[in-house]
Amino acid sequence: MSAVAARARVVLPPIVFGVGFFVLWEAFVKLRDVKPFVLVAPSDVWSAWLDNQSDILDAMKVTGTNALVGLVIGTVLGSLAALIASAVRWIGELVNPIAVAVNAVPIVVVVAVLTRMYEADSETPRRIMATLAAFFVVFVNVARGLNQSHPTQLELMRSYAASSRQQFVKVRVPNSLPFLFTAIRIAAPLTVITAVVAEYFGGNRNGLGASITGFLSISKKDVGLAYVAGASVLGLLFFGAAALLEYIAVPWQRQRSSR
Amino acid sequence: MSELAVQATGVGKVFNAGRPNQVDALTDVDLTVAPGEFVSLIGPSGCGKSTLLRLIADLLDTTTGELRVNGKAPRQARLDQDYGMAFQQAGLFEWRSVSKNIELPLELKGWDKAKRRARAQEMLELVKLPDRGDAMPWQLSGGQQQRIAIARALAAHPPLLLMDEPFGALDEMTREHMQAELLRICGETGTTVVFVTHSIPEAVYLSDRVVVMSPGPGRITHIVDVGLGRHRDDDTRETDGFYDKITEVREALRGSRVAGARGIEDR
Repeated sequence: MSAVAARARVVLPPIVFGVGFFVLWEAFVKLRDVKPFVLVAPSDVWSAWLDNQSDILDAMKVTGTNALVGLVIGTVLGSLAALIASAVRWIGELVNPIAVAVNAVPIVVVVAVLTRMYEADSETPRRIMATLAAFFVVFVNVARGLNQSHPTQLELMRSYAASSRQQFVKVRVPNSLPFLFTAIRIAAPLTVITAVVAEYFGGNRNGLGASITGFLSISKKDVGLAYVAGASVLGLLFFGAAALLEYIAVPWQRQRSSR
Repeated sequence: MSELAVQATGVGKVFNAGRPNQVDALTDVDLTVAPGEFVSLIGPSGCGKSTLLRLIADLLDTTTGELRVNGKAPRQARLDQDYGMAFQQAGLFEWRSVSKNIELPLELKGWDKAKRRARAQEMLELVKLPDRGDAMPWQLSGGQQQRIAIARALAAHPPLLLMDEPFGALDEMTREHMQAELLRICGETGTTVVFVTHSIPEAVYLSDRVVVMSPGPGRITHIVDVGLGRHRDDDTRETDGFYDKITEVREALRGSRVAGARGIEDR
């Protein structure tokens, strides 16, 4: 099989499936004459998007900023915490099980509590939520990377009479980089979801989440779904950017996975 | 160079001593390796050949007996970087360029940058990859990666090279080529080698002496003097003397299979 055909085999099925899904949806709504308050057709959502484009883009900026702030701060804090937990054994033994447990909890529920602790017009609780979402993913993954060095590499370092500090700086930290960038790729869309859902619990009405609930509650389903589409685009943008960052930053990882 | 490279007297290693899963990995090993000598350790899985290599490297502690490396305790020899080491997996650090990989042991010794660079280039020329210094490890073939691993092991010019099945993951053609290259490199540098393998032709082709080991408990059963002289090339592999020595090692291994409890488990 030629390279182009092989590529097409990978790319085509999801495209066909995606397009087919929207065609069926459109056909179902139009042919069965489904009422707009039950389900709107993709074409209606598209026209609602065009009518409200600048508002949707503004809302994407607001929510996207919250998600990005959370992603950056959460990644920095999560990495630092993992470094400390890995360098100081007793802290690691204390913190690691808790982090794994917390990571399994849908922490977005905490936003209801946080929202009441801040001014009604503050974006801070939403950013804290996004930070927390990113923090635990990054912490757990980086901690794993720091503690999973290749046995051959560790034996080599010992044969070089390297101190444990040198081993940490020159092997364990760089070895955790692929884990860090994988964590960022997982955390990026997660912070978007968290930032959107955090708006469901009140506060400013300027973001995607608040607009989605707002328009759906006044039965403007087409506009509500246009904002949902905006949230999807935002999530994909975050994911794509993070995947690109991973591709550039840890090239040996992409080689390893493609072999 | 009057000190013996390796001197083992009654060396033993027990894992999990006193527990139900106790393993007598090595018992009563007597072995000396002279400077400049090439000695292979061969035997079935569980015979303790890798354990013996790790004892010499001070990656493990001996349970009994006396072990000297370059006339020193193994720990001191390790701290002095008296040996270089290469494994079946090249174990290159993926985030470092080829040159930086070779420089790592020198960096840890505190060498300055210019000196490190010069030595790395010297080693690249020794393993005949002079232009690949700026490449990243994942851009090299398996054979090239293993050359770099050898260059790195020899970067500090250690008198002793310890190798644990370094060519085990390579295809047959690359493998024979690497064996010839290793002999050339050791001839040029005068390095002593202790080489773990489970390939009989590899052991015979490379070695001055082949140490045949047996499991249950791990021990030395025979030491075969190869005596094919120092100069060996592809033609050596087709001489009668080469085949005779292969037969001798094979019979020694077979004898150990009869004596051994577990038999040969070829990986």
